[in-house]
Formats: sequence, C-alpha cells, structure tokens
Amino acid sequence: MEDVTDKKILELELKANEIRQLLIPTLVEAGSGHTGGPLGMADIFAAMYFHILRHDPKNPDWIERDRLILSNGHICPVRYVTMALAGYFPVEELKTLRKINSRLQGHPHRTALPGVETTSGPLGEGLGQAVGMALAGKMDNKNFFIYCLTSDGEHQEGSTWEAAMAAGKYKLSNLIEIVDYNNIQIDGDVENIMPLEPFKAKYESFNWEVLEIDGNDIRAFISAVNEAHAIHDKPILILARTIPGKGVSYMENDYRWHGNPPNLLDIPGSPPKAEQAKVALEELRKIEETLRQAQGNK
Amino acid sequence: MLNPSLKLNEKIFNEDVEKQPTRNGFGKGVVALGEKDPNTVVITADLNESTRCDEFANKFPERFFDIGVAEQDMATIAAGMGVSSKTVFISSYATFNPGRNWEPIRTTIVYNNSNVKIAGHHAGIMTGADGATHQATEDIAITRSWPGIDVFVPCDAIESRKATIAAGEKYGPVYLRYTRDKSPVVTTDETPFQRGKIQTFWLTENPVATILATGYMVYYALVAAKELEKEGIRVLVANVATIKPMDEEELLKLAEETGAFVTVEDHQVMGGMGSAIAEVMAKLRPTPIEFIGLQDTFAESGKPAELIEKYGMGASSIAEAVKKVINRK
Repeated sequence: MEDVTDKKILELELKANEIRQLLIPTLVEAGSGHTGGPLGMADIFAAMYFHILRHDPKNPDWIERDRLILSNGHICPVRYVTMALAGYFPVEELKTLRKINSRLQGHPHRTALPGVETTSGPLGEGLGQAVGMALAGKMDNKNFFIYCLTSDGEHQEGSTWEAAMAAGKYKLSNLIEIVDYNNIQIDGDVENIMPLEPFKAKYESFNWEVLEIDGNDIRAFISAVNEAHAIHDKPILILARTIPGKGVSYMENDYRWHGNPPNLLDIPGSPPKAEQAKVALEELRKIEETLRQAQGNK
Repeated sequence: MLNPSLKLNEKIFNEDVEKQPTRNGFGKGVVALGEKDPNTVVITADLNESTRCDEFANKFPERFFDIGVAEQDMATIAAGMGVSSKTVFISSYATFNPGRNWEPIRTTIVYNNSNVKIAGHHAGIMTGADGATHQATEDIAITRSWPGIDVFVPCDAIESRKATIAAGEKYGPVYLRYTRDKSPVVTTDETPFQRGKIQTFWLTENPVATILATGYMVYYALVAAKELEKEGIRVLVANVATIKPMDEEELLKLAEETGAFVTVEDHQVMGGMGSAIAEVMAKLRPTPIEFIGLQDTFAESGKPAELIEKYGMGASSIAEAVKKVINRK
C-alpha cells in the first residue's frame, strides 16, 4: 500500500466526517437501528473503502478483490453509507434502509446487496466465515486479504474463539481481524456484563499477532494494516479502541446510544428527541470546518 | 413384486442380503466428487473415520480439514469457503450438525446461499447403544423448514453414494441424512436416483394403501408389504429419498390410486417426512395417514433391531398401521 501523506489523512478524515453526516439522516429515516457503533467505526470504514481495500464498486464480485467481512452486522448502516459513497449504489437508496422491498436489510444479507460478502447479524459467525475464505484463498493461491470486523461484545460467543483457534492452527496470515473495542454492549459496559480482559493476551495465546491502536486515528490504523501485511506466519488482530458515538458529544461513550437512532427517544443527558439529529449535524459540521481549514493550510 | 423398471436388488429378501451402513455411501460419494472436481472440500469436527471422511482425507489431504470439536466453526468456515469457489461437505453426527450448529447453518449457509452440504450422520434410533444423546431424531424437522434447502434421506449405501454426488453437483445448501448401522442394500448401481422424485419400489395389483418410507426403513416397509400380501392385503411401497422438494405430483397419484398412506421413518413423527406428506395431502387431497416413527419420545440405548421393535417401528408395526389406515378410508 502507498505511503500515506498528511494530505491523504485529511482527505480520509473528511470522508469519515461525510460518512457520519450521512449516517444521521439515514438512521432518522429508518426510525430504528444502531447509532453508537457506526459513528465509532466511521474512521476505519473511510480508511478501508477509500484507501486500503483493493476493490471495484462496479464489479463487486471481482474474484481478486479483498474481502471485508462485517461480523457485527448490526453496525451495517456505516457499511451501507460508506459503500454508497464509494459508488456501490446510489446515495439516494440509503433512504430505504430497513424498509420493505429494500436491498438494505436491517442486518446485511449477501444475496440482497452485492458487495456485503456475508449475511451477518447473529454474533460470533463472521470470523469463522473469514477463516473459510482465507483457507479458500490459500487453496486457490490468491493473494487477496480477508479483513474481518468484529465487536468486543461478540467475543462472549464461544464460536468466535473456535474460529480464532482455527485461524491460529492454519497460520492464516491473509486474515486480518479488526475488533471494534468500544467496551459497550446492549446491556451496558462489556467489562461489567462479562469481562474480556486480558483480551490481547487471549489472542496471543491463540497464536495471533496483536497490534493495538486508537481506532479513531486513521494514520495509526493504516500503519497497523501495513504492519499486518508484513507478517507472514500467523493471523493478525488489530485491537482498535474506538469511541462509540464518535463525533457527537452527547452520544460518545453512552451505551444508551448503542441501539437507538436519533430523534426517537428522549435520553437523559442528550438533547430532546426532536433536536437530536440537528445538534448532531451541527457538531459534525463544525468538525468538517476545522478539517477544511487544516486542508487549506497544507 | 419389486418394481422391475428400477433394477432393485433381487436378493433383498434373502437371509444373506448384502448389508452396509449408508454412511459408507457418503465416503464413496465425496471421493467420486473429489476426483472429478478439485474444488470439492470436506470438513469434519473430530469425526473423521466414523463419518467416513477418511478415504477423502487420505486422497486429498490439501482439501480436507479436521477443525476439532467445534461444529459451529465447521459451519461458518464452510460458509466462507462455499462462497469462495468451493463445494464443501461438513460431516459430523446429526445431533451436532445440524443440531448444535443449527443457527450458524441457518444464517451463514442457508440464508446466505453458500455452496455447503450438511452431512448429518448417526441419524435415528438406529445409532443404538450410544443412547438418545447421539440419536438424531429431529433433524429432518429442523432442516426441511429452511427455505431453499434440499433434504435427501437415502435408503441404502448405494443410493447414499448417488445422493451425495447429486448434492455436490448442484450449487446450494443440501442436508443429507446418513445412518450408522448396516442395513440391507435395496437398490443397485443401475437404479436411477433423481432429486425430488418418489419411486415406487413395490408394485401390486389393486393396492389398498401406500407405505411411504424413507431411509433404511424402506427395507422394513418392503418386508411388511410382503407379509401383508400373504394375508391378501395388497399395498404399494414407495421410497421417499427426497424430503424436500417433496414430489407432490407423485403423492397425488398414489393417493388417487390407493386412498390411504402409512409413512415410515426413523425420526420423530412430529415435523418429519410423514408431516411433510401430511402437509401436502391436506392441501391436495385429504387422505387417511398413519405415522410410523418416534411418537413424541426419546429412545434409549440398545441394539437397533431391539429399539425398532420396542418403539413400534418394525415390519409388524407397519403392517398393523396399514390395517388401521385401511379401516379409516
């Protein structure tokens, strides 16, 4: 992958901001769905689709493409928004999310929307599919990478660890897992519901290489992926610590924003429901202005 | 008499009839597919030899994966391969596959339309001494309700080989049900296997009922038909090797010709092959049906023949069910 310049990083940060700004009305229109996770992962999605992935939005089944598996399917709004911006389908179609006759199912469905790679939502099933694709890639002597996005909460599913064990056994260096480590699940904080720590040590003991980063730092993420590409004898986990709700101050790190869209419920500490999307967009536009100023100064 | 056009085993009623477990047909089937198509892959979850993966594993070690005692992982790994150019068979006992891993199969294989074949072995009370924990008696119910899957239950080791090959030659999810103990070989290499077709194995003049059997129970149905003939009760015996898609056209013909059915399966009567037939008949032509199978109970350890007798599934029970259903016409 090409060296990443400051200019490129700013471009990607603006792209992540654009994704966030598009997420808000998309979720409001859907009237249900998850908000915290998609906002937290916007930086990684921007980096993936606009820098890292070898892909062709006009030919989503291109056999040599890198595969991006979204195991925690509930954050699919961020994938849909990013795919629309990348040219997989018209941005206008985002208004159909979660509605009848839509390709944008509430949880992603492979045969409904080309490019989503798997059907997901039930947790703990993406990493196994990624292992299967990585094994198939090796059998076929392909050099594509399998990037598998998982959540921290789904590491409470035993099947995630079954897959981690298999990836270690087969030394799947073409498999790069990125865990969205935001410490939030539906019922509260992950470490209270069912602790995962010591998380890094668990993966290392399964014969993985673990790279730990700030998941909202695009430069750090790209550099971790570059480092992962240089490892040839084991699977790689990028432990990305993200802030759920990132970019909207009243949503950040609040588990009550895990599973609700803006403008649906009054939530203590957040603006009244009618104001939520408006306030969120105002904050995001301010961040956009700051980024554009920085761009002008370069 | 045996249907001559199907070239069935003429020695079927002999004492020394050849017997083989249907799982052997799975082993031969995947090897045949592996020789023909380098994209054929077999995965097991620590049940290599007993589910007859070993010949494939020895011939094609680079395409065989033993992923340990992890049936959910087996399903999801297969799902990933099945959308990446591979035709994948996942092989374990049916209580675990598709029992333990039912939802991963539902989501990542069936709904996802991945090219994976689920091989459920040690199905039914025929599994015997291991006891009810290892006797899969609900697997037809939990697989046939999935949209878009085929469900094959071969009647002997030869049909088992053909069903396995047929499953591999068609893209998409298939459930295949195999049994552990030896059972009589009813068909021959020349007997045609056709997906979605019910075949009448036993013919007679002016039949008064049809016994519709699936899996190795077809043999017991044939024995029952032969015994009934001695009493002057003439019935047809049909082999229902495809539970899904169900051959509605043939069922309608059989119902019109005989007016009464007995269904026979080594499975719970709830949700199994008999239920699938009852669903069709209620819609097309209401027909009296008696159901042979497990009557809402788990079985136990024992020899297969003892269990089949104790749980009312043997030839004499089938014959009784025929007499009962005729009276309901």
